[in-house]
Amino acid sequence: MGLPVAIIGSGNIGTDLMYKLGRSDQLDLVALIGIDPESDGLTRARALGYEAPANGIDWVSENPNAVKLVFDATSAYVHVRHAKVLAELGITAVDLTPAARGPKVIPPVNLMEHLDAPNVNMVTCGGQATTPMVAAVSRVTRVPYAEMVSTVSSKSAGPGTRQNIDEFTRTTSKALEEIGGAEIGKAIIILNPAEPPILMRNTVFCALPEGTDHDAVRESVISMVADVAKYVPGYRLKQEPVIEEGPFNTPGGVVPHRVVVLLEVEGAGDYLPTYAGNLDIMTAAAVRVGEAIATHQEVSA
Amino acid sequence: MTAVATEAPARDFRLIDSTLRDGSHAISHQYEVPQVEAIVRGLDAAGVQVIEVAHGDGLGGSSFNYGFSKVNELELVEAAVNATTNAQIACLLVPGIGTVDDLRRVRDLGVGVARIAVHCTEADITEQHIKIAHDLGMEAIGFLMMAHMNTPAGLLQQARLLESYGADTIYIADSAGALTTNEVRARVAEIVGGINVPLGVHAHQNLQLAVANSIAAYEEGARNLDGTSAGLGAGAGNCPTEILAAVCEKNGINSGVNPLALMDVAEEITRPLMPRAQVVDRAGLLLGYAGVYGSFLLHAQKAAERYGVSQAEILLELGARKAVGGQEDMIIDVAVELARKHAAMEGTS
Repeated sequence: MGLPVAIIGSGNIGTDLMYKLGRSDQLDLVALIGIDPESDGLTRARALGYEAPANGIDWVSENPNAVKLVFDATSAYVHVRHAKVLAELGITAVDLTPAARGPKVIPPVNLMEHLDAPNVNMVTCGGQATTPMVAAVSRVTRVPYAEMVSTVSSKSAGPGTRQNIDEFTRTTSKALEEIGGAEIGKAIIILNPAEPPILMRNTVFCALPEGTDHDAVRESVISMVADVAKYVPGYRLKQEPVIEEGPFNTPGGVVPHRVVVLLEVEGAGDYLPTYAGNLDIMTAAAVRVGEAIATHQEVSA
Repeated sequence: MTAVATEAPARDFRLIDSTLRDGSHAISHQYEVPQVEAIVRGLDAAGVQVIEVAHGDGLGGSSFNYGFSKVNELELVEAAVNATTNAQIACLLVPGIGTVDDLRRVRDLGVGVARIAVHCTEADITEQHIKIAHDLGMEAIGFLMMAHMNTPAGLLQQARLLESYGADTIYIADSAGALTTNEVRARVAEIVGGINVPLGVHAHQNLQLAVANSIAAYEEGARNLDGTSAGLGAGAGNCPTEILAAVCEKNGINSGVNPLALMDVAEEITRPLMPRAQVVDRAGLLLGYAGVYGSFLLHAQKAAERYGVSQAEILLELGARKAVGGQEDMIIDVAVELARKHAAMEGTS
């Protein structure tokens, strides 16, 4: 028996997460909770034999013992309210919105640090894709400045992202600093409407100070890519990491070199097509976090 | 009519000068305060009403991806605000690159016009920025980039979205300098007929059509036109304001700016700071021909040198991949890939 969990929010993210949880040994999905019984997500949940209530967070309050952990795939605004309810019920929240009520978790970097937190935040899709690369560099050298550029297909950017695109850049740049280990972080997001839709692309630039061991940087990046690919199979380098010569006048000071890491993320195609690697990396990372919490609770119990 | 006889006749359109924003691309964002002061004073004295100042990729654009500014853009904006007497200072912001925090900072410095720029199919990411610009008491201009990548009807639909968020003026920008004069006419005519706010056009010189396209846009009803001194700007450059003003005068269109004064600014201030002539060379023409974002030009040149591949080949590949504005990182990707392919071919021959 795995840890009983529910998903709240039956949109793209919640529905994709449902399919991934269906394959987890450590997590038992009980319910996909929405607000519209006719939604595609709830219809699919019913067909798969999961509970599919349409009364939102109230279902959790009415069934406080049904689940131990809730994945919230609603919106930042709604999660603020949910976080309070879940905390009162003693149910762990894995927050896939940018609300950031709890500590940010990027699995290959700080997965084990917040296993007892009542609420953890999954940052952003771009944050999940690029923070590990910054961490890979910062574990072998000082990173005075790091920058990421995420390009996602227009089709895969939902209304939540579109209405609050600043939230993406703020939350992601903070993650590059707090978890990636960069002294200063910057995040950029671009939407590309090309047809057929492009795969999610991410580029990470890190400033490399004088005296950096470039081979160690390359090796560390390649090894971290493999760590991410363990739970996001479509995560890969587009090119070998390249070291470019400057000088570069970064906000963290002038540096002689930069490393450029060019990545793409192909989705698993669970609910949305494979181009939506940006959604896939979020849901895959959330499952990874949920499983680690489940294992931890089992050990502590 | 209550116009007072001593007033100058009303301008037929508003000229927005972008020498200190789009022009920043052409000098790899190396503007310094004295240059900004000199250009602002010259343009202001020539009668320009709005002068845009920012990193070429808008507020917050200083980065690895787009190039770091030599001087913090806020210092440049502040210098511009202090140097102007009549002209308003404008800033451009690309959501996804800069944030509303940048708007607040420049508003505090005295900037009165916010241009919110977005790819021509993605207007719905600007709602928050347009509303906040308004709340801050700024004029909000919605700016649709890469207008060759959408149809007249598609652009109108996007323009209506911007209008619904409260944009005071809508712009279409031919960021790749890829539109022919007929294509500009079709787009302007369609949009002007379907919105209730003024329309503007931002032209580029990659097909050598910037002035002709700007005049055509005016004839179809556009009442805002962009340009830069001596055409300084991304790609083969922008619509040169001194030429536009001269042509307007000959056509009996009142631009409200003095062509002779603008010629002086172009010759004495702008040209001396140009690192390269603003001409339609092969790479510049390729941008317009292949529909590639103008700002890619110098980044592609650098990558071509770094990886030993041809700049032309990089630009054509970016066009084929339908890269949009802001995807400068793809230049490195393409250059590395081309270098690898060439190496592999040499290895097998």
